[in-house]
Amino acid sequence: MKIVRISDDALARALGADELAAAFAARGHTVYRTSSWGMHWLEPLVEIDGMGFGPATLADVEPILAGTSSTAIGEIIEHPFIARQQRLTFARAGQTRPTSLEDYEATGGWAGLARARKIGPERTIEDVLQSGLRGRGGAGFPAGIKWQTVAKTPGPQKYVVCNADEGDSGTFADRMVMEGDPYQLIEGMAIAAHAVGASQGYIYCRSEYPDAIRKLTEALRLCAHVIAPFRCEVRVGAGAYVCGEETSLLNSLEGKRGEVRAKPPLPAIQGLFGRPTVVNNVLTLAAVPHILAEGGAAHYQTLGLGRSKGTMPIQLAGNIKHGGLFETAFGISLRELIHDVGGGTASGRPVKAVQVGGPLGAYLHPDQFDIRFDYEEYTAADALIGHAGITVFDDSADMGGMARFAMEFCAAESCGKCTPCRIGAVRGVEIIDRIRAGGRPADAVERLPVMHNAPKTGRLPEQDIALLTDLCETMKFGSLCALGGFTPYPVMSALKNWPEDFLPGRDGAADNLLDRNEA
Amino acid sequence: MSSKPDRIAAILADHRGREGPLLPILHDVQAEFGCVDAEAEALIAHDLNLSRADVHGVVSFYHDFHASADPRPEVQICRAEACKARGVEALMDTATRAAGERVRLHTVYCLGLCSAGPAARVGDRLHARLDADSLARVIENA
Repeated sequence: MKIVRISDDALARALGADELAAAFAARGHTVYRTSSWGMHWLEPLVEIDGMGFGPATLADVEPILAGTSSTAIGEIIEHPFIARQQRLTFARAGQTRPTSLEDYEATGGWAGLARARKIGPERTIEDVLQSGLRGRGGAGFPAGIKWQTVAKTPGPQKYVVCNADEGDSGTFADRMVMEGDPYQLIEGMAIAAHAVGASQGYIYCRSEYPDAIRKLTEALRLCAHVIAPFRCEVRVGAGAYVCGEETSLLNSLEGKRGEVRAKPPLPAIQGLFGRPTVVNNVLTLAAVPHILAEGGAAHYQTLGLGRSKGTMPIQLAGNIKHGGLFETAFGISLRELIHDVGGGTASGRPVKAVQVGGPLGAYLHPDQFDIRFDYEEYTAADALIGHAGITVFDDSADMGGMARFAMEFCAAESCGKCTPCRIGAVRGVEIIDRIRAGGRPADAVERLPVMHNAPKTGRLPEQDIALLTDLCETMKFGSLCALGGFTPYPVMSALKNWPEDFLPGRDGAADNLLDRNEA
Repeated sequence: MSSKPDRIAAILADHRGREGPLLPILHDVQAEFGCVDAEAEALIAHDLNLSRADVHGVVSFYHDFHASADPRPEVQICRAEACKARGVEALMDTATRAAGERVRLHTVYCLGLCSAGPAARVGDRLHARLDADSLARVIENA
């Protein structure tokens, strides 16, 4: 009888991993439900004695056991997709059972927490500072400085809050950590709590991740004695994208509308219930146990490029042949990621655009693919790393439509607190619609003789493009948070790189416009 | 079956003493009744010493809470960027036809299966790598 390893990650389960596991178990084999290796195009992936088979269906069960399956991919650990990665946060991916304390301890678990307790809070923060770890949620703020601020701020109660409201399309690394290696995240939170003097933690997880909620709850129950006196609890979001913004997340945790708060005061000084609070992303906290392990900080800061230190779990998504989780040191180029690692598009058509950083990230043109993964390099190119999700589009994509969707999404998800985002996004959709319709004629009111200052010729697409640019400027600089502030990135990058997608049949439309005016 | 106020009182008692209990309470009420209606809002507000307007403001803010129950099964379909890049928009006509009046289709933005879209969710069950046929089957079986 064999030991068969099949992932119980939500993605594998969505593709039939449970049925597959049951089929192996029914034949008398021992099935270990592990985390996912992150090779999503091969899920459900079956592993027997280190050899992989995928994507496997029920019909493949017998051939796999007989050794004649055409789904064989050879030794998993030597697969090029795995071999060329540098995995720290995802070091256990594919190899351990997510909620098994035994597996976690056997793979170096809790070593970081033990060392942090030994060296004390101050040196723990020094280690995080030395590692150069920056917030993985998107803003890239140095984690150690945030911790230091919380540690130095007096308060009767402090909190550690994990931002697990991973709402960005094209990102799933948080989900994979929570489902695949929950103890690592919990250990990171316990270390943070120890460093800043917090006694209570909350993991704010989005409601769209039922598997992650279940596993985290289970893991927290099993390891309560290990992290004590620190206590931690999972709180479930309620479908509001904006709650991924830290201040709106805090309001939501407090039981309020998830409206953004103006900063200052910083959450580090007045956060949850007005108390000093560390708010970090899942990936930031999950990177901490490695950094706190013996020699971890020094190792971490040798990796990466410039001021972007360490590794980044990059998520290859959308129309890509080899999609999945690819963790590597900062500095890798987009071309390498998409073509060498990702194998180009899944549809086999040419790549047209790549959105990096989720719905608020810029669309990059293939001409820009030499850009290297680094916070500063992306900022210089008017783009974002964000949460390191990469969504690939082939040449059938309509970028004008995607720009419109960015505005539509912002309008749907705006918390409503600030005007540029709440109203700007709605006007943005309307302007893009007008541009794509080829402008509009003067309306009844504009044509009234008393409206001396109103243009009588209607509006040309060029004028609306100028208006859209102006609106984007206002949203970028006038919004309270990144939702309104960054929506201009996808819109303006699409407009700049693919202007033809905004003006379908433009000449004809403009002629019509003039005709209508004369009529 | 105990009365609605009794059941809500039981939920409220479960969360007594928690910090910021409103969202967990609303989740439980939504799960139990399929909605958080005016009656529930008033009971929750009274218990937490809030105004009904405060509670209503929270209920109406979040997509997961509904003012009235819909007995139809719900199929969530992701139509965010990554699923669009993998062609979900081309499946929407089929999905709408398969759903008819019987099933409620609900657009969500991201189920976290972005490398294997188009994706859908029915209850806690996820489906990925959908094409027109498999999506129609998911909807018919909902």
